[in-house]
Amino acid sequence: MSEGLGAHLVVSPGNGFRLDIELEIPPGRTAALLGPNGAGKSTAVAALAGILPLEAGHISLGGAVLDDPARDLFVPVERRRLGIVFQDYALFPHLSALDNVAFGLRGHGADRATARREAGRWLERLELGSLADRRPGDLSGGQAQRVALARALAVDPDLLLLDEPLAALDVTTRAQLRRVLAEHLAAHRGPRLLITHDPAEAFLLADTIHVIEEGRITQAGTADDIRRHPVTRYAADLAGINLMAGVATDGSLLLANGHRVAVADRSVHGATLATIHPRAIALYDAEPHGSPRNAWPTVVTALEQVGDRVRVQLGAPVPLTAEITPGAAAGLGLAPSVRVWIAIKASEIDLQPNPGTAPEGDPGPDLRPSA
Amino acid sequence: MTGRRRLNGLRRVPVPLLVLGAIGFILFALPLAGLLARTPWSRLWDLITSPMARDALRLSLLTSVAAAAVALLLGVPLAWLLARSEFPGKALVRGLVTLPMVLPPVVGGAALLFAFGRRGLLGESLYGATGLLLPFSIWGVIAANAFVATPFLVVTVEGALRNLDPRYEAAAASLGATRWRTFRRVTLPLIAPSLAAGTLLSWARALGEFGATITFAGNLPGRTQTLPLAVFVAMESDRDVAIALSLLLVAISLGVLLVLRNRWWGLR
Repeated sequence: MSEGLGAHLVVSPGNGFRLDIELEIPPGRTAALLGPNGAGKSTAVAALAGILPLEAGHISLGGAVLDDPARDLFVPVERRRLGIVFQDYALFPHLSALDNVAFGLRGHGADRATARREAGRWLERLELGSLADRRPGDLSGGQAQRVALARALAVDPDLLLLDEPLAALDVTTRAQLRRVLAEHLAAHRGPRLLITHDPAEAFLLADTIHVIEEGRITQAGTADDIRRHPVTRYAADLAGINLMAGVATDGSLLLANGHRVAVADRSVHGATLATIHPRAIALYDAEPHGSPRNAWPTVVTALEQVGDRVRVQLGAPVPLTAEITPGAAAGLGLAPSVRVWIAIKASEIDLQPNPGTAPEGDPGPDLRPSA
Repeated sequence: MTGRRRLNGLRRVPVPLLVLGAIGFILFALPLAGLLARTPWSRLWDLITSPMARDALRLSLLTSVAAAAVALLLGVPLAWLLARSEFPGKALVRGLVTLPMVLPPVVGGAALLFAFGRRGLLGESLYGATGLLLPFSIWGVIAANAFVATPFLVVTVEGALRNLDPRYEAAAASLGATRWRTFRRVTLPLIAPSLAAGTLLSWARALGEFGATITFAGNLPGRTQTLPLAVFVAMESDRDVAIALSLLLVAISLGVLLVLRNRWWGLR
């Protein structure tokens, strides 16, 4: 039996909805469960946590069986060693940050003094030492998120479960916290599962991505697999996200092909992954006014109607995917080999230190979907 | 300027609400005014410090607080079971638990007598085993008070438990806390305001209790005669005493309500 997580989750929580997914996560790896609202992500969390017993299938973690209805085995939630970062954190509002973190240590058998000392160390590690006495109501969203992360990590969990950990944060804080998360994910020895509806989050934090739709996994693979060969409409929509590798130095990102783009985020240095949402790329028929910092002429290589949008593939110098309205596409007279100008705000480029795992062995900027 | 005008527009009170609300207020204020108008102010202190009044006051405070404590001790588990667990006959249990809220207290008192009286369902064996007799004793007063007061706590706390975000308890369990530890360290603190409100409600109900007490525990001065019973008796003999005792009850209720209200709800 694997030492990581091996799970086949079959649950019907009601309303005719049925979850039936398989997950394999080796120790030290991060898997993302990526899907739209209502796809069954929360149900999967509840099943893994032991809040919702399985109807069929099994869950094994670290060589131990947690749930196996066929063999009538079920380990209740308080005896599974899990670190869960809940959506909106669910920090205990009546306890200080320190006591929130100490709570899990106490629950797993530490005496009061040890629990508080250990909790203090975790808060220090997440740069929250000065906020130890604050109640959750007096913390900012980013601080609360870090307390929640400390609380989950402090119990030294066999499985780290992150349920939409960044969804409640504003854009700036989200980018910062994503890096804090990446750092601590990497330090955790067990399997990690990230539940998210944000493809950028999944692409940047996870080694493998499981796309979940209507209770089933429709595709699993690396970020690159899914981007190159999306098998469903939803995955194809995700695939539009531009992902590029490069080297960041103080407000600029040097792409592997030698092209340099301006970025607003100055906190990332060295090997970097960047994501740009296709709707953040503006197209013009001539050099745009007001000189945006990232603007260059390029050529349309392909056009494709995706729902109510037109997806535009752009060629050299930086292959990118843009999405615009059909009206705008018609107004610009877009067609393959038409020359256009593009502009991208520096603040629309999301950066993340490149962990070196995903996307593996990629040559650099040419990461756009081949489809 | 326009902002202020709009605010005034929203604050304007519809005439029917104003009229009916005013009538409602008068309905509550007038009896109190009547009481104050008839109060024998010069003799007031002597009246409320008379032995009968002191005994009744002491007994009322003691038994109402004891009843509130019983309500808290037994009502919280009942509320938890009703809110959190599934068992056959749950609807029946909820109906029985809340029945005293709508039952005429006299009927409640009679029912208590048939259950706990010397020849009652449980009372006979209780008396045989321990020699303890609830009727016509201070224990009877407390039992009658708790009987009518506990439902108020159960209803309040059950509502709070149902409204509590289930993720807090899930988070506690995921952090290794047993159900009991979760209950003590997470559930109870989170519903503390409702616990306080429920306890206060049941205490107030117990303080004013009359029918069940007089039926089950009798009206023995110094032993089972609480303030409301003393008022009732005085109405027949000495109206001034009745008014003084009534005023005392009003003062206690109002004082406790105001103090605790500010303490518990003022900050929210």
